[in-house]
Amino acid sequence: MTPRDTPPGPLLDVRGLTVRTDDGRTLVDDLSFTVGGGERLGLIGESGSGKSLTTLALLGLLPDGMTATGSVELAGTQIVGAPEKRLTAVRGRDAAVVFQEPLTALDPLMRMGRQIAEPLARRTGLKGRDLRTAVTDALVRVRLPEPDRIAHAFPHEISGGQRQRVALAMALACEPSLLIADEPTTALDVSVQAEMLDLLDTLVREREMAVLFVSHDLAVVAKVTDRVLVLKDGRAVEEGPVLDVVTAPKAGYTRALVAGARKLESALDLRSPR
Amino acid sequence: MTPEPKPTDGARATPVLELADVAVRYRGAAADVVQGVSLAVEPGQSLALVGESGAGKTTLLRILLGLARPTAGTVRFDGEPLAPRDRRQMRRFRRGVQCVFQDPYSSLDPSRRVAAIVAEPLRSLGLDSRTTAAPKVAAALERVGLPADAASRYPHEFSGGQRQRIAIARAIVCDPRVLLADEPVSALDVTTRVKVVDLLAELKEERRLTLVMVSHDLSVVASLCERTAVLESGRLVEQGDTAQVLGDPAHPYTRRLIDSVPRLPV
Repeated sequence: MTPRDTPPGPLLDVRGLTVRTDDGRTLVDDLSFTVGGGERLGLIGESGSGKSLTTLALLGLLPDGMTATGSVELAGTQIVGAPEKRLTAVRGRDAAVVFQEPLTALDPLMRMGRQIAEPLARRTGLKGRDLRTAVTDALVRVRLPEPDRIAHAFPHEISGGQRQRVALAMALACEPSLLIADEPTTALDVSVQAEMLDLLDTLVREREMAVLFVSHDLAVVAKVTDRVLVLKDGRAVEEGPVLDVVTAPKAGYTRALVAGARKLESALDLRSPR
Repeated sequence: MTPEPKPTDGARATPVLELADVAVRYRGAAADVVQGVSLAVEPGQSLALVGESGAGKTTLLRILLGLARPTAGTVRFDGEPLAPRDRRQMRRFRRGVQCVFQDPYSSLDPSRRVAAIVAEPLRSLGLDSRTTAAPKVAAALERVGLPADAASRYPHEFSGGQRQRIAIARAIVCDPRVLLADEPVSALDVTTRVKVVDLLAELKEERRLTLVMVSHDLSVVASLCERTAVLESGRLVEQGDTAQVLGDPAHPYTRRLIDSVPRLPV
């Protein structure tokens, strides 16, 4: 990992972030939070809470018809209102994203190897055989078996769990300081999800990478983050260390969320008749 | 808590639905997607089919629904082989077995009002005319906790949880004995999911409804089903009382599934 001159202050500093549609609806309302270097923050919310829009706004990726106001500083660069050229420099290097659905995040017509090679070549300047070796290494790092076969495969030829690992390899290829993961395991089976969470945990720990983990699932967020921010209807309702929030939630909404999750979970505490 | 299996006195009741040594192979495929599956759905003993993607859960559910036919083995309804061409049997079958699907967005016709959607089973089974269906529709909507004016609105005016309630209203309006549900709550948010699970549990009790549910969510299975069958790559690896299968699994695959469920720190 190459040390970069990190400016003082948090890696990600969001102040008063507001996302509005052109017809005047406010979808994210005056949101402020920070993520320090190496820190892991969870963004919790149900559908329509604005969590995914927030992640898009962080990288200047909001869809047409939506505008962000306020301030998003990523490694010292102001994202809100920044020209595309400045955003391109930031994406991948300072922050990279893994989205929920790897099938839509990956180009269906491009072999996996080439998709990983693109960001790698851009950052490292590697070519030919060296680049191919680097691609294989990237696939080995996310613990994919038979990396050479995967590199030659198209997205539809490998399983959902493998696709999400490839997406993670792509995000990690440029060694970003911040990894944004938007429901990265929601589309996966439970056993695959468990493996993926372990992998993510190990990889970011090794690299001392900061993580912004977005999910509707409290138990999943609790596994990989230290601190959580609970969103409802575009507003932050509670923030704190993850253990405090899930054991002693303060806001009424968080209490309902935790109670719901605990109620479902309690059904699994079975006493076997055997 | 897991529903207690009800004691069965001596002779077991005839299963409502039964699969005997069922195998399915899709045309052109090299191998069976489902192999040698035998299971029985007994009245009052709700059954969960558990497993990961590609295990064959939905294929089995489609067979139980009569939407697909096995390439080998037999399907029985009330003890008789299911014959999709036997119109009289199919009418009894459709009346007795209704279904709810996973995605509340694609499973409701967007161009029809809720009243017409919910009345559909009554109309297609020839049980009711539009006028005689109306009170039954109103009762079903009320039972699932939707406002009375829901009947005159369109599906897009409702949230995901409300849409799933509409789908449940449609399924129970003709008073079926069995409700087949494919991941009925997995598209819903946690707080909504809890409420829909509660609704299904209540309906089971009051209407003596037997659920046959496909789910990857073990906590939902444990909340609703007395029996659980675990599928791995098209084969049943374990089946029995839910408390036993999930509480003390005999098969390593079941154990792995249970251990993978993320739990909240205490």
